[in-house]
Amino acid sequence: MPVTARKTARPRKQPVWKQVDTPRSLSATTGMQHGHITPPKPGEEINVSFIDKDGEKWDFQVSEGDNLLDIAQANDLEMEGACGGSCACSTCHVIVEDPDMFDKMEEPSDDENDMLDLAFGLTETSRLGCQVLMSKELDGMVVRLPSMTRNLQASDFQAKK
Amino acid sequence: MSLRTPYVCARCTVRASRSLRPVILSHFRSQRRNVSQTVQTDRPFRVAIVGSGPAGFYAAYRLLGKVENAVVDMYEKLPVPFGLARYGVAPDHPEVKNCEDKFTEVAASPRFNFIGNVELGGTLPLRLLKPHYDAILFAYGAPKDKRLGIQGEDALRSVYSAREFVGWYNGLPEHRDLNPDLTAGEDAVIIGQGNVALDVARILLSDVDRLRQTDIADYALEALSSSKINRVRVVGRRGPLQASFTIKEVRELLQLPSVSFDPIPRDLLPPDDVVSALPRAQKRLIQLLAKGSNNDPSTATKSWSLDFLLSPECLNWSPVFPHRLSHVRFARNELDPADPFSASAKVTPKYLSSGKPAKVNIPANTFFRSVGYKGLPLPGLEDLGVPFDESRGVIPNDGFGRVTVPPSSEAGSRDILPDGSLISHLPGLYCAGWVKRGPTGVIATTMTDAFSTADAIAADVAQSGGALLNPSNERTGLGWDGVRAEAERLGVRATSWEDWERIDRAERERGSQRNKPREKFGRVEQMLGVL
Repeated sequence: MPVTARKTARPRKQPVWKQVDTPRSLSATTGMQHGHITPPKPGEEINVSFIDKDGEKWDFQVSEGDNLLDIAQANDLEMEGACGGSCACSTCHVIVEDPDMFDKMEEPSDDENDMLDLAFGLTETSRLGCQVLMSKELDGMVVRLPSMTRNLQASDFQAKK
Repeated sequence: MSLRTPYVCARCTVRASRSLRPVILSHFRSQRRNVSQTVQTDRPFRVAIVGSGPAGFYAAYRLLGKVENAVVDMYEKLPVPFGLARYGVAPDHPEVKNCEDKFTEVAASPRFNFIGNVELGGTLPLRLLKPHYDAILFAYGAPKDKRLGIQGEDALRSVYSAREFVGWYNGLPEHRDLNPDLTAGEDAVIIGQGNVALDVARILLSDVDRLRQTDIADYALEALSSSKINRVRVVGRRGPLQASFTIKEVRELLQLPSVSFDPIPRDLLPPDDVVSALPRAQKRLIQLLAKGSNNDPSTATKSWSLDFLLSPECLNWSPVFPHRLSHVRFARNELDPADPFSASAKVTPKYLSSGKPAKVNIPANTFFRSVGYKGLPLPGLEDLGVPFDESRGVIPNDGFGRVTVPPSSEAGSRDILPDGSLISHLPGLYCAGWVKRGPTGVIATTMTDAFSTADAIAADVAQSGGALLNPSNERTGLGWDGVRAEAERLGVRATSWEDWERIDRAERERGSQRNKPREKFGRVEQMLGVL
């Protein structure tokens, strides 16, 4: 029996400016569709939860093979994929809450680790959302979106030599 | 006003030390006063963004999402958008340019206007904008590069700035006519060990047929296919732990087919126990450098090396062919023996036992300097009272992107920074990206930084109601519509987003004829010619 979601998935929400406006034209160069996920078949739902930057937890039921970046974007969580999910930036950095769950996952590739090295707030259980594909083994996984802001330090105001 | 999260003034989130408590309390009190003077939200909040690179676009994206009545006019010097995403990111890194998809999405908002082909501070004086906007955000980047200050640097042949070379192969009109001579000889030397230096090395070492599938300029392909360069040295004045390149760019170079890498001398790399105690990113980088490349030098057609602890002193030309660069003389350096493995370790000149400074000559027929970009003040900043920090190449700001001036000035409101220094804010004036924090970091860094500036603007709007740059009774609220007539009188012929879409289609069309994703127009007249 599927676990009851503590909070149901929010419907796809558009950015604020899209809600209030109608885009005047569809660009000829519209990029690839981000946030595309497949609705899970009954009985094959995989549970995944995100803790957002405000500490709120969001539970979703997703299909095998969906990646965390697409899941987050399809549900309008605040996660950027600057490179479009091609493992060429670090903007979709997530932190796996449970180290045991992290160990169950496939090892990140060198390319993914190279990008993670540039991520803000890197931890031992950090991954790039675009590189984590959901599977049955990862049912119940909880990931946290790291805060991208950093505290100001006095050194920010000193002239660098 | 709909802000997605409860707003906590960014200035108040700085860790409050005991000594700052009174300041922060008074700041909260002043906020309470201001909040009570509420404000109309029906009129548009007009923002001019200067520059259309990642900093400008990410700030626009965040601002349009956070401030419902914000209308953004984005001014760009060129007829086309995207700044360094288009002209700085290497052509063989198309995935990094995917951020342009997001920018294109942002531009589809009816609250966004692209105003291209307008050189603010050039044809169009900056001060003409002021009455028509509620905020101006500077996001124009770092338009120049740092110099070495060595003899021979100004030679017209064989000596190039990496920034210009990158602009040239990426189709930037400003450097369309650089025409670098890549046939002078086999040896190239690049001074500097950042990612721009590695981009230049990779373009010089890559198989041209691989580059043909990218959007690299056609004329650059032609020059690269006749290049004689087969040996590239990337030279830094400090050691491996102080280099500023990132691991992805090193790995790519190490994996280039038929290109070998000179192993780094063991004594330059820290001992194993030091390596294992390094922070993760540095540890992985040093391990990769120690491992080097699997490519066999005996079958490789080209080679490269990272050379450390060398400062260039002068360029030397061949005595037989005076136009031919022959070698570069370097002074050897050594790392501070007290702390050789810290990222901020200093170097001092190395001396021989005879007491003479140690020197070395390295063969070089083509020379690139790549020691960083440099911000410049936009002409006319002073008309708005905006200062410029020449030594850092940035607009002074409070770390969140609010432009600041010394507290002695009459303008602005006083504030105390965490280090205890007094500053004043200039209301309605902001900066983001490289002109805010200096020319370092990847697109993700600029995104975070631009978001923080947009958040600061949203916070200031929430607090003041939007009359930031001009008092309520002095603002026209017209934006570009208020500027346009004067701009046209001055001879400005602005391009719109639809114009860019036409240029974009034409470039893709030119590309498809050459089996490339795009063939850029290298000249502004060519761009305007398709409109």
